[in-house]
This record gives sequence, structure tokens and C-alpha cells, in this order.
Amino acid sequence: MLLRDIAHSRAGDKGDISNISVIAYDLKDYALLEKHLTPERVKAHFTGVVQGDVVRYALPHLGALNFVMQHALGGGVTRSLALDAHGKSLSGAMLSIVLPERE
Amino acid sequence: MKSIQNVRTVRIGAGAGYSGDRIEPAIELAEKGELDYLIFECLAERTIAIGQQARRADPQKGYDPLLAERMQAVLKLCADKGVKIITNMGAANPLAAAKKTREIALALGLPDLKIAAVTGDDVLDILLAGDYRIEDNGLQVKSLGDTLISANAYLGAQPIVDALKAGADVVITGRIADPALVLGPLIHEFGWADDDWKTLGQGTLVGHLLECAGQVTGGYFADPGKKDVKDLARLGFPIAEVAADGSAVITKVAGSGGQVTASTCKEQLLYEIHDPRSYFTPDVIADFSQVVIAEIGPDRVAISGGNGRARPATLKTTLGYVDSYVGEGQISYAGPGAQARGQLALDIVKERFAITGVQTGEVRYDLIGVNAIHGAQLSSAANEPYEVRARVTGRTASLREAVRIGNEVETLYTCGPAGGGGATKSAREVIAVLSALLPRELVAPAIHFEEN
Repeated sequence: MLLRDIAHSRAGDKGDISNISVIAYDLKDYALLEKHLTPERVKAHFTGVVQGDVVRYALPHLGALNFVMQHALGGGVTRSLALDAHGKSLSGAMLSIVLPERE
Repeated sequence: MKSIQNVRTVRIGAGAGYSGDRIEPAIELAEKGELDYLIFECLAERTIAIGQQARRADPQKGYDPLLAERMQAVLKLCADKGVKIITNMGAANPLAAAKKTREIALALGLPDLKIAAVTGDDVLDILLAGDYRIEDNGLQVKSLGDTLISANAYLGAQPIVDALKAGADVVITGRIADPALVLGPLIHEFGWADDDWKTLGQGTLVGHLLECAGQVTGGYFADPGKKDVKDLARLGFPIAEVAADGSAVITKVAGSGGQVTASTCKEQLLYEIHDPRSYFTPDVIADFSQVVIAEIGPDRVAISGGNGRARPATLKTTLGYVDSYVGEGQISYAGPGAQARGQLALDIVKERFAITGVQTGEVRYDLIGVNAIHGAQLSSAANEPYEVRARVTGRTASLREAVRIGNEVETLYTCGPAGGGGATKSAREVIAVLSALLPRELVAPAIHFEEN
């Protein structure tokens, strides 16, 4: 299944850093997110977009993960040549990650 | 001050989440929100640098381009209902913004309205008088030389508190921490101590949720079939009903479009947040890691559990500077083979830059509809589209060179692949931002009342 089936997401920007939240619709699915959405997995998914480290912060009581991705916005929002300089559409790319079905 | 179930609450509405935001939702809030305060957050990172350039050309400019339109729309409504307005629409020129607002107030028959401007965020002279380092690259601020346009420190809530205490009906600032637009009136109303970190952290949380206006009421949220949102064309902007301990209910005007749910609040809680335990502001290092979000009724979500610890010793300062120039050209192809023709177009432009000697730095060659937004890897599974738009954009050292980029794309009309249409071109100066940290004791906010 797609991450989009069980979670929603929002991307924010600060300088050259993009942060992307992933929030489970149902708190019961949080464990699945925590298990599969490792920083390594997310960094690999964003190959070619994210040039720096990916750090993950967990908010289990909200069913949410927050990924902070360095060097992700083409050198920074104010000087990027990208069509989406803010990286606002990166939440859509995040939700395209394929997860195994629930056990 | 409104009272609900004998609990004293302050009602704050957010009338804008960015400079170009819709205006009718702010009118709706002023008319029907039963507000105590209406805030407008309109200042992005580089806005002040652009405003500073406008101010150099005309000393009476440099504030938000929609200030007059917004004030015309809400000033009388707010004055009639006793709603105070707090905004950072002063941008690079809060004094001129206050003067303009005063003119509008007089024209509307509101001569008694007390309009305050907050200054002191402009720290360009202070930075240039000392040896300060650019956080992003370790270089000296002075190394920016003539390219440096502006330097503005993020002020905290105190000058807003002081202006309200002095009787201001309208407070207009330049650079100030976005949540301070909300924290200021809360400190004024509830008398929170300036070292009550937990409560200041909770108040900052409320400010953070409100500062992007419609982004907490269903804007930037809809995904048809997964997250449906009603009436986005008449999206209602948020209201926070804040109690004395800083806990709040996020809601909106009944009957307006959008929705306030736990999900909309969770998305906005993490928007532009890095470590949820450490959200740095001039007033407090807020901790959002233990925030509790609970739906307590239709379009009513209770927010509590914000925390905080001692504020940082330095103030973040945004440096606006002329970074480079960018030229861009686009042209569309459609029908069978559109993608191949678009790719051919990009290849031709790349070769033309070499032949004609266009001097560029970084250049991007995108096929909009195929790979422009997320690049080749994330787009690799896409099917061939009916139409594509070739986009070439590059960085240059001069405006003249930037113009050549779009010109080369435009010549594809007569010299490129079959059926190229709708070419556009542009060239612009790029004002970018860097940051520095300034000891807070060097920054001295001041309040000026605009009077006859």
C-alpha cells in the first residue's frame, strides 16, 4: 500500500531545510510508520532532491513523525531555481512511499 | 474580553497568513468573530529586503503593498467593535505604514484611533559597526559589501505589550517573530511573567497555529478522496479562544468554509518545525513535543501541553542581499511525441548556450508535466503525458546575461521542434537571505504613536 493510504503529510521550509510531517489517520497505524519510515528509507526515497542528512523526530501520542531534511531546497528558498522553490509539493512525494500491507 | 462558561478568554483572529492572502476572510472575522484582537502576519523572509529597496526609491514606501487595502477593509469594523489590530505589515517602513493607516483612519472618520509603529528591528548599522559572522557560511557580514540591502532582527513580544499598555488600537511592526503577534496581546491581557517559560511556550504554540491563517482551518490540506474539505473558495480563517493558562480552542466563524479538526491542527503544529522540543523564538524556546490536541465539538479543537524554557541570549537577524540574477524561458508541446519534442527543445537550448556563449552558473532543464518538480528519480514511474512544458532556468552574474536565457528558449518558436507554443520568458534580480545572531541587548525596540 501507499503511505498515502494511512497517513497525511505537510511540508514546510526554512532556508535550505525542508521539514515534512507524516501523520497517521489512525493512531493504531503509528507503529507501522515508526518501523518502516526510517530516516535512511526517507533519504533514499528523496535521492536527487535531498543532498544532506535526514533526521526524524517522533510524536507518538499524535501518531506523527517529523522529518527534517538538510540541503533539500536547491540552496535555499530565496535563491533556488526550482519550479517549487519552497518544496511544498514534497509532501506528495513522501506519500508515494510504498509500505508493506498491515499484518 | 469575552466570557464563555465563566472562563475568561481572549479571542484572537488571524486575518492573513502571508502578504498576498485573501482579504474577505479577515472582514468576516472582524464582523462575526467576536474578536478582541485581529492579527495579520504578512512578512516572508526576503520581504523586508524588497521593501527596503522600495523605501530607498521612495521614503514613504517599503511597507506591505496590501496594507492600505486591508486597513480600508477592516479598520472601521474593528474600531466599531473595539477589536485591536496587530500586524507586521510595516515591513521595511513601519513609520510610513502607521502614517498611511492614520490617513485611512481619518478618511473613515476615526480620528481617535491610536496607531502605533514598532521600530528597532532594523539593525543594519549595528551589524556593520561590529564583527559579526554569517551563520550560513561562516563569513563576515561585512564581506557582503554593497550587495547587502537589509538586516533586521526578529523582535519579541515586548514592544507589542508596551504599545497595547500605552493604549494602541493598531500596532504595526516590521520584523518580529510571527508568534509574537499573538503572544504580545496574551501577555498584555493575562500579565504573564517574562520568565514563565511554560505559559510563554503555550502562548507561542497558539501563535504558531494561527500565524498561517487558513492553513489551520482546512487550507493547504485537501486531498480529494482522502481528505475532503468543503468550501475552500470561501475558507474561514482561524480564531483562538485563549485562557489565562495559555490553553486554547482553535475554531472559526460558523458557516465559513473549511474545517478545524485534530488533523488540520496536527499538520500546522509541525509546519516549519524542526526539533519539536526546541522551537526558537525571541521570547522562549518553545517545546511542542507534548502538545495535546482534542476535538471538543464541530470545528472546535482544544490545544494544550505546550511548554518552554529560557529564551536565547541572541536574536536571529535576517540579512537581505543581492545574490545573483535568474533568467527563464518556457515553451509547450502537445499531442503524440510531445515529451520527445520537449526533450529535444531542452537539448537544443543547452547547445545554443555553448554556441552563443551565454554565461551561466547553475542551470536547470525541466519538463513540466514529467520531471520538473521532483526530478528524474521520483518521476521515473510516470506515464507519458499528453502535453509537456519545457523550462530552462539559469543563474547569471548580470541581468543582461539572464535575459539571453529566455531569448534562446523563445527562438525555439521558429528554430526548434515542431509545434512549440506559448513561449514565455523572464529575467530578474535575486534577493536572497542569510542569517546572523545578534546579542539581544544591542537591539532596542521603540514605539512611535502616529498623531496629527
